[in-house]
Amino acid sequence: MITKRRLAAGLCGLAATLAAGLFPASAAADEPTAQEPPKIDLVLDVSGSMSARDVDGKSRMSAAQQAFNDVLDAVPDDVRLGIRTLGATYPGKDMKTGCQDSKQLYPVGPVNRTEAKAAVATLRPTGWTPIGLALRGAAQDLAGGDATRRIVLITDGEDSCGQPDPCDVARELAAQGTHLVVDTLGLVANDKIRKQLSCIAEATGGTYTSVQHTDQLSSRIKQLVRRSAQTPPVVSKAVQGSAQCGNAAGITPGVYTDREEFGQHRYYKVAVTDGQELRATVSVGADRAVNADYGVLLRAVSGEGQELVRGSDAGSGRTDVMSSGLRYVYPEKDTDSDDAPPPHTVCLEVSNSFSAPDAVKRTPGLPVELTLDLVDAPDEAGDVAAFGLGRGWVLLGVLAVTGLFAGLIWGWLTRWRVAVWRSN
Amino acid sequence: MRTTRLVTAALLTGAALLGPAATALADTPGASPSTDPAASPSGSSGTEEEAAPTEAGTAFRTATAIRQGQAATAAASTGDYLYWMFPAAAGQTATAKATVTLPDQANRHGAQTWQIDVYDGLRRRQPCVSGDRTVKSPDSGPSVTLTCTLRTVRPIADTRSNDPLPGAYYVRLTVIDLPADDLGQPFKAEVLATTKDAGGAHSEGGELAVPLTPATQPDALAAPEGGWTSGWWSDRWLWTAGGGVLGALAAIGGYTLTRGPRRSSARVPSQGYAGPPSGSRDAEAYSRH
Repeated sequence: MITKRRLAAGLCGLAATLAAGLFPASAAADEPTAQEPPKIDLVLDVSGSMSARDVDGKSRMSAAQQAFNDVLDAVPDDVRLGIRTLGATYPGKDMKTGCQDSKQLYPVGPVNRTEAKAAVATLRPTGWTPIGLALRGAAQDLAGGDATRRIVLITDGEDSCGQPDPCDVARELAAQGTHLVVDTLGLVANDKIRKQLSCIAEATGGTYTSVQHTDQLSSRIKQLVRRSAQTPPVVSKAVQGSAQCGNAAGITPGVYTDREEFGQHRYYKVAVTDGQELRATVSVGADRAVNADYGVLLRAVSGEGQELVRGSDAGSGRTDVMSSGLRYVYPEKDTDSDDAPPPHTVCLEVSNSFSAPDAVKRTPGLPVELTLDLVDAPDEAGDVAAFGLGRGWVLLGVLAVTGLFAGLIWGWLTRWRVAVWRSN
Repeated sequence: MRTTRLVTAALLTGAALLGPAATALADTPGASPSTDPAASPSGSSGTEEEAAPTEAGTAFRTATAIRQGQAATAAASTGDYLYWMFPAAAGQTATAKATVTLPDQANRHGAQTWQIDVYDGLRRRQPCVSGDRTVKSPDSGPSVTLTCTLRTVRPIADTRSNDPLPGAYYVRLTVIDLPADDLGQPFKAEVLATTKDAGGAHSEGGELAVPLTPATQPDALAAPEGGWTSGWWSDRWLWTAGGGVLGALAAIGGYTLTRGPRRSSARVPSQGYAGPPSGSRDAEAYSRH
């Protein structure tokens, strides 16, 4: 057994080395090399209600300030962090003015801890709660470049301004740019706030947390900052699929994002040569309230319109995303001619069967993530069993009985031949 | 007498040759590899002591890579979707296990239903052949444990099938049903992926050119200890070779059965082919031989 493992380990080590040699090459080919540092904007509610003393006996504001101090101490160096406030300046009763009250407290960039802490210390609970406006402002703070972006919204109240609806704003922002995630933290746990904040989080693939204690607040924000520091290694590209295969956008191996409305399908075109395996994965996100039953279908269709293979999944209940994938192989062909045969055109069709109640906005569509990979065709085996080897007692029985019969027949034959020879 | 001895010898040799095959048979498909350190590589037995991840990803793209046998932890809020991914090689039967430490009893307003979903490297949902993948927590009780055992990973499969292949396996953990009031509460989770060697019965031919590792995180996942394939060795070699030997011995036995009574007379050609062989003459011939 030990020999077996050593041998196996040796062989696999070799395989792993080969694979390791292949991987970086293929990865480097389709990825931008340098990545911008991730950006994060902390959006703090400084509305009047933040003066309520219900977090560990302290006011919500001082709990938030203390948490911010902790967070600023722990910010990784490669994160660009900014702070924005809402309701920090206008104490009056005029809704119109109060609902324009959101400003950048600390610009997004490398953090000077002393300055940032000093700025946070000046905040006093003051005005209204224009969440939608603050989210738009935060998105502007983070604008520019290819970096991953995260907004952390800390609030104690539902939006007191109504328009624009924060949930719609969040979805809009997520649809506009690359990877904007909004995480929300609610300092008060009531039904309305929870609904609104979880809706914002859901719309962008973020998270919602209900905060009860100061240490919970600071550890959660720290965790979110850490998360933003972990940027995905492959940057996705935006692509727009089309309704027909014929005029579909051509894609090469990589990660793509798109939007697909309810009941819509999208085609993308891929060129695959003989001796290649096509691998495609699709994830359709449920970024809004959707009906309970849903599904996603990914089909590979040949240029002639024949379905090659499909992957699908369906589900019911609470979900963040519906995924499926497929692989398809064009085996290596033996050709006499030197010129390579033209590549096959494969159309990938992505469709979904999500639906939503009438009140839910239809646009922008659901987020689609499509990944495409082309690798060498697999080494198909002629026999299902390893090396065509046998196994089991039946095999032994068959071989033994066959051997016995062969021996008997051979023996009788010999005996008969000798007898014949003797008689002559 | 001689025939008996030969047959006995043949049987003994056969048994000796089959011995390893039989023991291999006895220990490979069973549960023993789980107690075998090489079959369940873990952080503790690895050469470099690597800290287990304490964070989980929140989407397929950001799934945290873990190794087999490595217990990864994460703190999150109820309602979050947590993602991990672990490697599994051909011939392995993987089991994902998640333990959720629920939020404080005081902050819960009813039962919660938790679920783990396992997807392969192409994000195709993989069925659980056994285990409790959906668990409704009792109203009280500090934690729930979810398990999902996958089908045995095959080295290759038809492209139209959904069979598990060597590569990454995503584990998604989330609460799928809970009282609305309980959303956003802090909970802790621990995830552990273990594998068992399925043995020679699942030893198949063929190999993928590249394992099904995610294109979104090309380098994140390390191959399992022993590589992505199960290697050339399997107990099928023993079975087949043992069968060959058994066949050969049976052939010799069969041949001897037809020749045995004649041999003594053949040794004494001068006497011609006359008279039935007797036991004493047979022994005599043998001793002379």
